[in-house]
Amino acid sequence: MKTMIKSFIAIFTLSVIMVSCGDANSNKSTKQSGALSGNAAEKVYVAPGEHDEFYAFVSGGFSGQLAVYGLPSGRLFKVIPVFSVDAEKAYGFNEETKPMLMTSHGFIPWDDSHHPDISQTAGELDGRWVFINGNNTPRIAKIDLTTFETTEIIEVPNSAGNHSSSFVTENTEYVVAGTRFSVPFPQRDMPIDEYKGNFKGALTFISVNQEDGGMDIKFQLRMPGFDYDLSHPGRGASHGWFFFTTYNTEEANSLLEVNASQNDKDFIAAVNWKKIEEYVNNGGGKKIPSKYAHNVYDEHTHTATSTMKKEVLVVDPEDVPGAIYFMPTPKSPHGCDVDPSGEYIVGSGKLAAELTVHSFSKMLKAIEEKKFDGDAYGIPVLQYEATLAGAVKQPGLGPLHTEFDGKGNAYTTFFISSEVVKWKLGTWEVIDRKPTYYSVGHLMIPGGNSRKPFGKYVLAMNKITKDRYLPTGPEVTQSAQLYDITGEKMELLLDFPTIGEPHYAAGIPADIVAKNSKKFYRLEDNKHPHAVKTEAEAKVVRKGNEVHIYLTMIRSHFAPDNIEGVQVGDKVYFHVTNLEQDYDVPHGVSMIGAQTSELLIMPGQTETFIWYPKQVGVWPFYCTDFCSALHQEMQGYIRVSPKGSNVPIKFTLDGDAVDAE
Amino acid sequence: MKLKFLSVLALGAMLMSCGGEKAKKEVAKTPVENEVKSEVKAEPVKIDPMKDKGVGTIKSVTLGDIDEAMVAKGEEVYKAKCTACHKISKRFVGPGLKGVTERRTPEWIMNMILDPELMVVENETAKQLLIEYTAPMANQNLTEDEARAILEYFRTKN
Repeated sequence: MKTMIKSFIAIFTLSVIMVSCGDANSNKSTKQSGALSGNAAEKVYVAPGEHDEFYAFVSGGFSGQLAVYGLPSGRLFKVIPVFSVDAEKAYGFNEETKPMLMTSHGFIPWDDSHHPDISQTAGELDGRWVFINGNNTPRIAKIDLTTFETTEIIEVPNSAGNHSSSFVTENTEYVVAGTRFSVPFPQRDMPIDEYKGNFKGALTFISVNQEDGGMDIKFQLRMPGFDYDLSHPGRGASHGWFFFTTYNTEEANSLLEVNASQNDKDFIAAVNWKKIEEYVNNGGGKKIPSKYAHNVYDEHTHTATSTMKKEVLVVDPEDVPGAIYFMPTPKSPHGCDVDPSGEYIVGSGKLAAELTVHSFSKMLKAIEEKKFDGDAYGIPVLQYEATLAGAVKQPGLGPLHTEFDGKGNAYTTFFISSEVVKWKLGTWEVIDRKPTYYSVGHLMIPGGNSRKPFGKYVLAMNKITKDRYLPTGPEVTQSAQLYDITGEKMELLLDFPTIGEPHYAAGIPADIVAKNSKKFYRLEDNKHPHAVKTEAEAKVVRKGNEVHIYLTMIRSHFAPDNIEGVQVGDKVYFHVTNLEQDYDVPHGVSMIGAQTSELLIMPGQTETFIWYPKQVGVWPFYCTDFCSALHQEMQGYIRVSPKGSNVPIKFTLDGDAVDAE
Repeated sequence: MKLKFLSVLALGAMLMSCGGEKAKKEVAKTPVENEVKSEVKAEPVKIDPMKDKGVGTIKSVTLGDIDEAMVAKGEEVYKAKCTACHKISKRFVGPGLKGVTERRTPEWIMNMILDPELMVVENETAKQLLIEYTAPMANQNLTEDEARAILEYFRTKN
């Protein structure tokens, strides 16, 4: 086996050298050496006009967004703006979506998006929503899979580095967010070196309304001051529990790479959320003042509203005895993954020589028999051997994350040894290993962390790209790799570039989602307060120094398209409605000198931007989305007169008042 | 000139299709070749528009006395969905609609409203209109009832 790896590496190195010679032959050698097997290309080829088998929602990392790819082709369909402004779609630029990015710290135009998770019913993917966490200014977002747009964002108070998020329970009762940093809870001014015992970690349970998906913080658990790294829900028999990996149980507040790696074992926290929910439903918990934003986008008004909430319900572990236990897990565990049956909880000790697997049934028994090894801040620590199901010996270096294929196999990524390792649940034997290029982080099997995985492909998301693509200066794209996992051995099929730095992805069979995809917004349902639903209603209205332009668009003209009476120093609102009622006929609009982005308006939708004219003259606006053969004709003029001018407000189309004959 | 260009294109497509059986078959069906054929016999056929029902789901419409309720509904839908491009009295983006029911059959009018994309490809009259007006008519996704009501409204505008 070792020799095989060696010779593979030798062949690979040779091929890299051949590729890098940069002459006309390099393409040829790529084709020869890159064809790991002749049919890899066929397996990822989706013929023109045909559709992919799976959607993959791949997090955008430091781009703050969520990218939608097709698998197996690796084709990019859409980048959904979530936590960062997006000039392409006017997200965070138009007046309607600015409230989506409001927080207790004000308007925050960026975040670091990490772990998408698709809603579930009875432990299976249902394709209603995708949730994703903003890491930096802690937030959880919900994306509606009928429109593929972000429709709700809730800020998470008392949290910092919202990393062990956003994973859903078996029936999407909750989406769960855990803090990476422990902080003063509630925040206060205090010396940093008094961290130990004083800083706390928030684990937040956000309820999801099953009718409309509305999110609300049900309770926050105020946990000891560790770092909470990742989490996953119990399922099947373990439904009702949630598992969180922790590190820095040393409670260091400086040089963590040394000081948080002292303990031989950290913990996986097992939280019986059903028990805490019951406690809360019976009036338990304390309401404490906490400021956090709750932003909701309304599909009918096409407008978001932001509400600042003022308090949150907090539960301290000692208030609900028997609801939380710690399972010792070696060496700063990162990934916390639960197999489809709900019996096995895999803790990937980043610095450990083996992969630790806990057993849920053994955990229950250990609790019953009180096999405790002391406690941490009053939370019982279970004996390591008592919950251990087994360990995968010498699996690789630097284990991070595990997914499951539903056929009794698990797949774990190893960052340091840069590989995906397939192993068997129950026997813990390694079945196969394949190199990744390079330094893999997360991996994803569609449904691979649910009761029903679709074990056909695994997608590896790599942290280092180096020489995989044509160079683009010092910064290179991050690389994803697709493997076929239908056979005993994995087969590398495809590399494709990704947006930002993906941390985790969520995949789902396309047929669950595609049938619900909205085609356009019905004008009759448009409840935007500034919508104009026919050209006859289009108008220009002055209110003091504000001018409101109610504009309509249809292939291929604006109504009105000649506007006079605007003055330097005015605040000009463009309220623009797309009157089209057909699939895939968006129009865009942009105004010279507007200090914002274009608007990209879907059929039946209304959006608004503001323009501050600063110079006298006649200034054009135009459609930015190629809408028809006469797209270049879709344009208009606005006359800007000096401040105090007596030029009256006037608006026309083709020389006439805008009417509807 | 155009013909020459199209045949070069078709040849190019064939050359590129070395990938396999399936791809070759698809090339044989490309619209490029179909277009070459239709270019050859491009002699416009004279059609009586009052006998032309167009293409689409509407095969036969029976007209009775003017139904005022339907006219009212038709006017409402027309104003909401059509007036961005049409006026009754004059040419705008699309043709002026006064007297349209005297120039076109009821079936043709409804087919044009319900599926303009199909009409401009398969109906000679619609094709000629596209050449004249250049802006393709937008499909506003109306229901058959709404299209019928608009037709009734047009009957009052002769």
